[in-house]
Amino acid sequence: MDTLVDIRRLKKHFPILGGVLRRPVGAVKAVDGVSLAIKRGQWLGLVGESGCGKTTLAKTLIRLWKPTSGHIYFDVPDVVKAEIEMLESQDKNGSKLNSLLKENDLGTFSSSRVRSFHRRAQLVHQDPFTSLNPRMKIKNIVAEPLKIHHVLSGHAVETAVEELLDKVGLSSGQLERYPHQFSGGQRQRIAIARALATKPEFIAFDEPTSALDVSVQAQILNLLKDLKREFGLTYLYITHELLIAESVCDYIAVMYVGKVVEMGKPEEIFHTPRHPYSQSLIAATPVPDPTRRVGRIVLPGEVPSPANPPPGCHFNPRCSRASDECREFEPELKLISNDHYVACFYPL
Amino acid sequence: MSDWRFTARQLAKNPLSLTGVVIIAIFIIIAIFAPLIAPTPAGQLNSYMIPRDGYWAEPQPPSAAHILGTTQGQYDIFYGVVWGARSAFRVALVVMSITLLIGIVLGSLAGYFGGVLDEILMRITDIFLAFPWLILAMALVVVLGPGLKSVMIALIVVWWPSYARLIRGDILQVREEDYVEAARGLGASSGRVIIRHVLPNAIYPALIMASLDIGAVVLSAAALSFLGLGAPEGYADWGQMTQFAQNWIVGPLDNPLKYWYAVIIPGLFILFFVLGWNLLGDAFRDIFDPRLARR
Repeated sequence: MDTLVDIRRLKKHFPILGGVLRRPVGAVKAVDGVSLAIKRGQWLGLVGESGCGKTTLAKTLIRLWKPTSGHIYFDVPDVVKAEIEMLESQDKNGSKLNSLLKENDLGTFSSSRVRSFHRRAQLVHQDPFTSLNPRMKIKNIVAEPLKIHHVLSGHAVETAVEELLDKVGLSSGQLERYPHQFSGGQRQRIAIARALATKPEFIAFDEPTSALDVSVQAQILNLLKDLKREFGLTYLYITHELLIAESVCDYIAVMYVGKVVEMGKPEEIFHTPRHPYSQSLIAATPVPDPTRRVGRIVLPGEVPSPANPPPGCHFNPRCSRASDECREFEPELKLISNDHYVACFYPL
Repeated sequence: MSDWRFTARQLAKNPLSLTGVVIIAIFIIIAIFAPLIAPTPAGQLNSYMIPRDGYWAEPQPPSAAHILGTTQGQYDIFYGVVWGARSAFRVALVVMSITLLIGIVLGSLAGYFGGVLDEILMRITDIFLAFPWLILAMALVVVLGPGLKSVMIALIVVWWPSYARLIRGDILQVREEDYVEAARGLGASSGRVIIRHVLPNAIYPALIMASLDIGAVVLSAAALSFLGLGAPEGYADWGQMTQFAQNWIVGPLDNPLKYWYAVIIPGLFILFFVLGWNLLGDAFRDIFDPRLARR
């Protein structure tokens, strides 16, 4: 399996403006140096609590927002990435490096190139009640990406829209309706149909089921599974529901205050987590089994603000294993076993 | 098709809206059929000039020749109010559509793109809004030379800033919506996002205000005409006809209401025209209100 999406040291900081002149006085470091690779055909689950930067990561990756620094490679050969790394490590701001970046790094793409990139990568929003234009008919909502990218025209668009709606389990009799005439689950299906319209290779889902009933969640997840198989899609799936992540994803990344702290296969992350944060996160998962008593790990203190994270490892103030080293240096993600990465000096 | 039926049903539900529709419909009929209702006398080149029957000042009461009487200078009141409906519509629609257009373009640019552009455009509107509008309009008409065209230009100049402001505000709100972000995520260009996603969800307050304001535009044009800054003398214009009547509001001591027709009739036309648009504006508000239970 080759790598489809490769994020390297990605940062997205939002300036905090202050004073009379509205000058930046600080920054919310929503995503603060994330490296992540998504292989083609993978269903990568990104988990973490609210405010840890999951959504920012997805929206920056899909280039709704411009990254502050770092690289985003979408379907770029390893050779090219290696060459860029090499040129960068030589610390020469050569024209060759710049032209290579311009050609391959999504973070530097011009707005028109970003627009055509959106044909290949799509985002499904969290809340289907706000992500569909209330004044557009369903047929126009689903047809829009086709028209934007001039994929089809005229009558072919209508046929394609009917096909797409059929794929997500909606009947074509609903083409003339408006979004408010649908339920949450149906709306999310419409949003998925829209995301599928241009036959993308990659779709990022931003907690697509968190606004839905539990019974509808299962339907949507099954739909995503079927679509993934049928179209050979690659998913980035953001969620804070660990049970869902465990059941559907084939790779998991755990985020904490703007950083990925652990990555690995679900069975390893959920059964033998190596990072102290992942461990406590998983221990906090409610398990629908009254006989199973899981030892809770209560973390002291609160999640630090991404505007002012603690020095060193962001988790050190709450970690029972923290040493002076953790308070001073930021741990990098390190491979500790097969396909399992941890950013911790003292992994469990 | 179903949209139209929905609109019609919505209108019929509210008797006040229906009244507004009826009033404006009557005015539209009057304006369209003006040449049939009040035929231009043979030999007169410009139909908009009110035919006059003599030159003495005192208004004459309704008679067989002048069914609504004559006003000061023996201008025929019936002819004046009928053709005046055309002038009223022309002023109202030209001023309102150009105002809306300017407001939409500048408001969208300022609201959607923000930043320096927003700052510059909004400070310009501040400058315009800092003047008392009637004084500014009068000064403009004086500079441009009196006439209906100058009145329209002056009204556009004093009116557009409030629309640019209103539309900008609504766009600021709508551009943060998820579906706008989703549209950008689909690869839509800024122009497409503004036209297809932002404006359709942001423009209704402005349209409602426009329909409520049409009355105010006509009233303002009438005010300028009343001050003698509007149409040339004798032009079919309700404002000017109220100006003709200003010396005849109170009649002689023994019959203070002697010249009622000169005052009341043009006044009533203005009143009903403004009232009609206001009622219609309320109706538009009901119809355009987003996410009304449209089944």
